[in-house]
Amino acid sequence: MCGIVGLMIRNPALRGRLGEWAQPMLVGMTERGPDSAGIAVFTEPLDAGLRKLSLNAPAGFDWSALHAALADGESLEVRANHGTLTSPRPPSAVRASLAVAFPQLRVLSTGRAIDLYKDVGTPLEIATKYGLAGMAGTHLVAHTRMATESAVTPENAHPYTAGEDWCLVHNGSLSNPYSLRRKLEPLGIAFDGDCDTEAACRWLEWRMREGDTLEAALERGFDALDGFYTFLMGTHDALAIVRDGFACKPALVAETDDWVAIASEYRSLAHLPGVAQAKLYEPQPERIHAWRAAA
Amino acid sequence: MTVLASFDLSRTPLRDVNRFLHRELGDTTHVRIERPDGAHSIAVGLDAPVRVDVDGHAGYYAAGMNKHATVVVHGNAGPGVAENMMSGTVRVKGFASVSAGASARGGLLVVEGDCGLRCGISLKGADIVVGGSVGSFSMFMAQAGRLVVCGDAGDALGDSLYEAVIYVRGEVKSLGADARFEDMTDADLTAVAGLLAQAGLRHDPREFRRIASARSLYHWNVDANQEY
Repeated sequence: MCGIVGLMIRNPALRGRLGEWAQPMLVGMTERGPDSAGIAVFTEPLDAGLRKLSLNAPAGFDWSALHAALADGESLEVRANHGTLTSPRPPSAVRASLAVAFPQLRVLSTGRAIDLYKDVGTPLEIATKYGLAGMAGTHLVAHTRMATESAVTPENAHPYTAGEDWCLVHNGSLSNPYSLRRKLEPLGIAFDGDCDTEAACRWLEWRMREGDTLEAALERGFDALDGFYTFLMGTHDALAIVRDGFACKPALVAETDDWVAIASEYRSLAHLPGVAQAKLYEPQPERIHAWRAAA
Repeated sequence: MTVLASFDLSRTPLRDVNRFLHRELGDTTHVRIERPDGAHSIAVGLDAPVRVDVDGHAGYYAAGMNKHATVVVHGNAGPGVAENMMSGTVRVKGFASVSAGASARGGLLVVEGDCGLRCGISLKGADIVVGGSVGSFSMFMAQAGRLVVCGDAGDALGDSLYEAVIYVRGEVKSLGADARFEDMTDADLTAVAGLLAQAGLRHDPREFRRIASARSLYHWNVDANQEY
């Protein structure tokens, strides 16, 4: 069992409330996922020449050493054991130099819009540790984990990312993650861990890199991804959710003119302002539900 | 005489409310539960002819195992509403998630809106009336009881049915293995009219089609080579 949470602010004037409204949504899914949690926040994108990398460090990491090693034009913002490194260099070059100088750092995400935080602990602990309530942005994707098929570690927490400005959270289990992986690895796509969710995340990102739209990739995914799933995904300007044909894992959508909220259960939507007037519905099995952020 | 008790689930723990419903009703005839906010297992296991109004959306298993009571959810219900009901009435004013009325042995479940997948799965004798549509795999392996659907049905309706009967007014996307359309008899028209009346829904029973088991799966057929 796991909990999924998504929120998109449609009214640009309310984007400062994103984290404040999302925190009780995440905490509301504690019973579905008490062991780890993660949050991907999509902010206004950086200039085209800049990328940000979300970094996770082990306890005791000396962030001042990374500060001292920053290249020209780079900056670093640290929250607990996470850092956001902004750089004008290509992300592959940043990753390569980090791997040499700071091998203990893990790169959680890359892009112009995405910030990612994930860790072990209760959802409230993680929301508090990283200051979720103060986060602003257009939309976010979050997850509470109850591990069933791999260990409780920060790496195995969701969201998973691949490429740039793309993340995915998963409630369910896939039955063909290794065949997906055997297809992707010969194409040069490297995996970080062995969680089934990572295979879906990287497979969909590969399809989009090959030219599929988000919707086209997801449509293909209904044939290629086998198992039980509710996937909630984020791109720089979109939120999307799909459920397998048996809809074994729950999901509920609430929409108002001001926001779109998605959660495994109504418990996580009940506090939202205006929810009594929201349009409530369950995403249909094997149908793509996607929302675009206002420009 | 109505004796009313009210609880606010944002202040009173659900266990206290359910304990009251199980053991402390006394002369109470009517219980109002406010601020349910999607909590699980609201008003489960009731065993008295009390009326319970849930003023909002319920989570998993609302009114599960109900016996004798009348439970009205003034909102939507999560998975497994009225699962394993024995008797009484459960009414959902909004929509219900998956597995509504699963394994229910008796009583009446009315969902005024739509139901998700697997509505009436393994039904064992209860009646279910759905004002809207039902999702795929509804009435899978249903053994006894009746389902009336005023809207449409999804894929594999009535797969591996036993003696339960389904009446659908709208489109059926596909029938499951061993389910088939049958002619409506006078007894069917009377049954549908009665269930619609109990549910408070106005439709002409002649607009409904009957689906029941062809009973070809009742006995093992070695020549079928497991191709059903």
